[in-house]
Amino acid sequence: MIQRMKSVIGEGLWKNNPGLVQLLGLCPLLAISTTFFNALGLGLATIFVLTGSNLAVSLMRRFIPADIRVPIFVVIIASLVTIVELLMNAFFHDLYRVLGIFIPLIVTNCIIIGRAESFASKNSVPMALADGLFMGIGFAFVLVTLGSIREILGKGTLFSQAHMMLGESARDMQIHVLGSDYPGFLFAMLPPGAFLCLGLLIALKNVFDRQQAERSRVKVQAAVESIT
Amino acid sequence: MASIEPGKFRRLLLSALTLTGFALLGAALVAYTESRTRDQIAENIRRQVLDSLYALVPRNRHDNDLLKADINVQDEELLGVAKPVTAYIATQNNQPVAVLIRSVAPNGYSGPIELLVGIWWNGTLAGVQVVTHRETPGLGDLIDSDKSDWLLGFNNRSLQDPGLERWAVKRDGGDFDQFTGATVTPRAVIKAVKNTLVYFEANKTAMFAAYQTRQE
Repeated sequence: MIQRMKSVIGEGLWKNNPGLVQLLGLCPLLAISTTFFNALGLGLATIFVLTGSNLAVSLMRRFIPADIRVPIFVVIIASLVTIVELLMNAFFHDLYRVLGIFIPLIVTNCIIIGRAESFASKNSVPMALADGLFMGIGFAFVLVTLGSIREILGKGTLFSQAHMMLGESARDMQIHVLGSDYPGFLFAMLPPGAFLCLGLLIALKNVFDRQQAERSRVKVQAAVESIT
Repeated sequence: MASIEPGKFRRLLLSALTLTGFALLGAALVAYTESRTRDQIAENIRRQVLDSLYALVPRNRHDNDLLKADINVQDEELLGVAKPVTAYIATQNNQPVAVLIRSVAPNGYSGPIELLVGIWWNGTLAGVQVVTHRETPGLGDLIDSDKSDWLLGFNNRSLQDPGLERWAVKRDGGDFDQFTGATVTPRAVIKAVKNTLVYFEANKTAMFAAYQTRQE
């Protein structure tokens, strides 16, 4: 059980990361990752929806007939997203205005129905919860990394517009990473910049994974040689 | 006529009922959340409108409730759209102090630019805000007050300062800065603000009369 849980966590955060490996949900990933706080906002909303939908689907998996499971998943996810949208409109109004259309679009984020279909509908409640939570964290992690890189490159700042999430007192959180007279680099803010940055992130991950594999292969070889 | 076997019919019925059940449950949860957040959302929208009005005409300059001081005004040529736009009349001791007009610059680079133009009753500008726009990021979007101070250049201007013919970007012989690589956007905004001022001068009495009628 603990072993399984560990592998579920590892899958979500790294091995089968929705943003870097499954490449699901690219539309919000690329469109919203323009600043750190935009990315964090959508990331948190996605974690919430994904965990909630996995929980609901897993809880009710015995009552969901196989031949109508997809419409039922859609009903569950759509209700959850609408609830999140209403809550954000009420309690994080500024952020809600920035994320705009991308909150209702969480419905169409294929990660969510993907996890409902391939994991939550076949696994126990704790497993499904862990899968939703860590897939969500994995997605949010890529979103926030991409958001930070693009904000630094594009505007030369980090943590701008923090007041959208943390209230007026956080207005001064903004850091001018590249000096206050940085002219900005529009390309990083536009969709092509998003694609390039994501591509670089995926490449980095692959290089890292390959080095790890190579290292463990060398280790095994050394062990084998020391025995013979 | 082919009859449906009873077992299959039962399964179909069960599926339909299950789906209905989930739909009802989902709808009930959404309805509950909506009823609990409705007031907060309405309050947020109210505050957002008020914030933008107060930014131009501060609270200490008037004593009426601006949200109840809205009238409709209509002039396709001077206000930029065919349909009526909202204008808020600020008063102090029942005397008009300022008006805030939601006029439109119809000829932005990527479509109409919606403005909020605040005018003191003596004809000088209290300020201008851009409500929505779709101008090019990095070029035309310098009209956004988050991105540059360009809009502040309108403060305290009037139809006499500069004169009518100098309400233009510097390239066209006017008094206002243009942006590198984007002249269409500032041109559109300057023209819309000037037209709004012209509309105000011609209609200020009528607007105040409409406001008084609304209060009765």
